[in-house]
Amino acid sequence: MAVVTTRATHRRAVARSRWRGPKVAPLFFLAPWLAGITLFFAYPLAMTVYLSFTSYTMLDRPEPVGLRNYVYMFTEDPRLWQAVGNTGWFIAVMVPAQVLFALGAALVLTRIKSGAGFFRTVFYLPSLAPPVAATVAFVFLFNPATGPVNQVLAAVGVEGPLWFSDPAWAKPGLVLLALWGSGNLIVILLAALLDVPAELHEAAAIDGASSRQRFVHVTLPSIAPVLLFAVVTGVIGALQYFTQAVVAGSVASGSADITPSAQSPGPPEGSTLTLPYWLFVQGFQRFNMGYACALAVMLFLVSLAFIAVLLRRRSGFAGSAA
Amino acid sequence: MKLSRPGFTVMFATFLSTAFLAVACTPGGADRDAPAPEQKGPVTITFWHPLKDPNEVKAVQGVLDKFHAAHPDITVKPVPAQDADKITQSIRGGNPPDAALSFNANSVGAWCSTGAFQDLGPWIERDKVDLEQIPAAVRAYTEFRGKRCTMPLLADTFALYYNKKLLAQAGYDKPPKTMSELAEMTKRLTKRSADGAIEVAGFVPFLGTYQSVAEHFTPSFGAKWLKPDGTANFAEDAAFSAMLNWQKGLVDWFGADKLTRFQAGLGDEWSAQHAFETGKIAMMVDGEWRTSFIKNNGGKVDYGTAPMPAADDRPDLYGAGAIGGNIIGVPKGAKHAEAGWKLVKFLSTDTAALVSFADALHNVPTTLAALRSPDLKLAKDPLFKPFLDVFAHPASSSLPATADGGAYLNNFGEFADKWQKGKVPDLAAGLKELARQNDSALKLGS
Repeated sequence: MAVVTTRATHRRAVARSRWRGPKVAPLFFLAPWLAGITLFFAYPLAMTVYLSFTSYTMLDRPEPVGLRNYVYMFTEDPRLWQAVGNTGWFIAVMVPAQVLFALGAALVLTRIKSGAGFFRTVFYLPSLAPPVAATVAFVFLFNPATGPVNQVLAAVGVEGPLWFSDPAWAKPGLVLLALWGSGNLIVILLAALLDVPAELHEAAAIDGASSRQRFVHVTLPSIAPVLLFAVVTGVIGALQYFTQAVVAGSVASGSADITPSAQSPGPPEGSTLTLPYWLFVQGFQRFNMGYACALAVMLFLVSLAFIAVLLRRRSGFAGSAA
Repeated sequence: MKLSRPGFTVMFATFLSTAFLAVACTPGGADRDAPAPEQKGPVTITFWHPLKDPNEVKAVQGVLDKFHAAHPDITVKPVPAQDADKITQSIRGGNPPDAALSFNANSVGAWCSTGAFQDLGPWIERDKVDLEQIPAAVRAYTEFRGKRCTMPLLADTFALYYNKKLLAQAGYDKPPKTMSELAEMTKRLTKRSADGAIEVAGFVPFLGTYQSVAEHFTPSFGAKWLKPDGTANFAEDAAFSAMLNWQKGLVDWFGADKLTRFQAGLGDEWSAQHAFETGKIAMMVDGEWRTSFIKNNGGKVDYGTAPMPAADDRPDLYGAGAIGGNIIGVPKGAKHAEAGWKLVKFLSTDTAALVSFADALHNVPTTLAALRSPDLKLAKDPLFKPFLDVFAHPASSSLPATADGGAYLNNFGEFADKWQKGKVPDLAAGLKELARQNDSALKLGS
C-alpha cells in the first residue's frame, strides 16, 4: 500500500513537473536568446521580406507593389547578372585560392623550426590592417603608372597590367589582396595541422606511406572539418564581399568616394560590382530600398542554399576522416 | 530540445507582432506643409552643413553672424561635416536639423517627391520671394516636378583652364572656341615618350579623368538629358551622339589604353600634385574652385580660364557651361521650421550675405543681384570672371533632378565608358537600349 501511494505521488509529481517545465522554465531561460533573435534576426528578416514587396524610399511609407521588384530583378535589371557573375567569380576563384594559400602557408609554418614565432607573426600581421586602409594601400602599390609592383615588373622587362584600372585584372588584384590578408585562416589551419596526431603519421610512415600519401590520407582527413569551416565562412564572406570592391574601384577610378556621379558602380566597367554593392547602390543611392530588399532576400536564399549544400557534404568529409 | 506547441505559438506571435509593429512604425507619407506659424520669442536652431575646412567653417560662421544681426531672436548652431546621407538618416530618424545645406543636388528628386524636405512654396508665396532672381538652370536643379523643396546656395560652374606657357610653346595665344579647335590644339600640345606613353596631354577627353565627365561636355553640344516626362533623352537628342563621337575621335587618337595608363598615374585631384598644376595637362575642364586651390597651395602654373569651346555647328553655345551647386532647405520634422525657413531665405536670397559667402568660399553666388553686385570681389578677378559669365549665360545648363538620385547620369557614365573603350559597336542602337533600360528602372520608384 505504501509502495502504491509513493508511486502515485511520484506520478503526480512527474506530471506536475512535465506541466510546468516545458512550458515555462525553458521559455524563461530562452527569453534572452528569443529576444535577441527576434529583434536582431527574425524582425529584420521579416521586414526585409515585407519591404521587398513594396516601393520604399526610406523617407515615406512603403507602398505595396506585389511582385514588381522580383519581376524587374529577373527580367529587366541590366546590372544584376553582371553583379551575380562577379560575386560568383569571387566564390569560385577567391575562396579556393584563399583556402589553398592559407593551407600552403600553414604547412610551411609547421616545418619551420627556428624563428617559428616570428614567421607566424609576419603571416598574421596583414590581417590586422583595416580593410579600407589595406585596399587603398594595395591600389597605390598596384598603380599601373607609378606603383612599385609595375616598376619592379618593368625592371625585369615585363609590362605590368593596368590592375585596378583594367576590368580583366581588377578582380585578380582583389584576390591578391585577400591572399595577403589571410592571416586569420592561416592561424586556424596551422592549429588544425599541429593537432593532427603524430602517431598517425608515424604509423603511416612505418607502413611505407610516402609524404604525399601521408598528406592525402592522414593530414587532409584530420583537418577536413576545419577546411569545411574555411570554405563555408569563405563562401559567406564572398557573398557579402563589399568593402574592398567599393574602395578599390573608387580609389582606382580617382573618385575616392561612392556618392552618385557619372562613374558607373563597380569601376572599371562594373568589374568590381558585387551583389551587395549593387544592393547598396539601389537602396542608398537610388532610393529603391524596396528593390534592394528584394535583392537582399535573393542573396539570403542563395547563401542559405550554398551553406545547405556544403553542410550536407559534411557527412562525407567526416566519413572519410573516420 | 523541442519546443511545445504553446511555446512555439508564443514565439511566432511575438515575431509577427514585432514585425507588424515595425511596419506600423515606418515613416509616414509626405505631407504638404502649410507655412508654420511665425516664431515668437528667442529660439536656437540647428543648421547642418557639409563644409569642414577651417576656412570654410569660419566663412559659415561669418554669414551666420550676419543672419543673427538681422534676426536677433534666432541663434543658429552650425554643425559642420554633415553629408547628404546623414541628413537623410536624421529625417528618417525623426531628429533632423532645422535647416540643412548639402553638396548633393542629386538627392533633390527623392527629398522633394517624398516630402523629406518641406515644400517651400507656401513660404515663398507668403514672403513674396522673387524666384526670377535665380537663373533658370539653377532653379531647375533645386526643384522637382514643380515642387520647390530646396533653394540654391552658391553654385559651381565649369569652364576651360589652359596653361599659357604650354600654349605659347605650341604657337597659340588664345584658348579654343570650337570643339574642332580643341581637338586640333590637343594634338599639337600632346607630348609622348619614345615608347608612345603620354607625357603631356593637350586635353584629356577620357571620361572619368578629373572633371572630364559627360555632364561637363554636354552643354557644349546643347544636349538635354531628360524629356519633359522625366524619361531619358539620350537616343532622341542627336547632341549626345555628336558629343560621344567627338570625344571618341580624340580618345582614339591618343589610344584608350595609353589614356588609361596616363590617368592612373595622375596626381591627386585635391592636392598640389594635380596634373594641371604640374604641367602634365595643358587644358582641362574644371570648376571655379580650382582657382582658389591653385592660389592656396602656392601653385606656380601660369594659366588662364575661358568658357568651354562649343560644338562647331552651335557657335551660339560658346560662353555656356555646366552648372551644379549646393542646396539648402528645411527637413521634415524640423522643430523650428519657421526659423529654419528664415535662415534658408536669408542665405539664399540676401545679396550681402551671398556676396560675402561667395567671396569667402570662392564659389559663384546664386542670384543675379549678387552676381552683379559691385561688392563681389570675385568679379574683379580675371581668372574667376569667366565662371561668373558662364553662370549668367542663358544656355548654361544643370542636371535635372530625378526621384532615383540622378541614376540616368550613372547609367550614361557606364555606357560612355564602354563606348570610349571601343566596346559599343553601334552607337545609335546602344543609346536606344540605354534609354530603354533607364526608363524601365524608373518604375521601381513610381
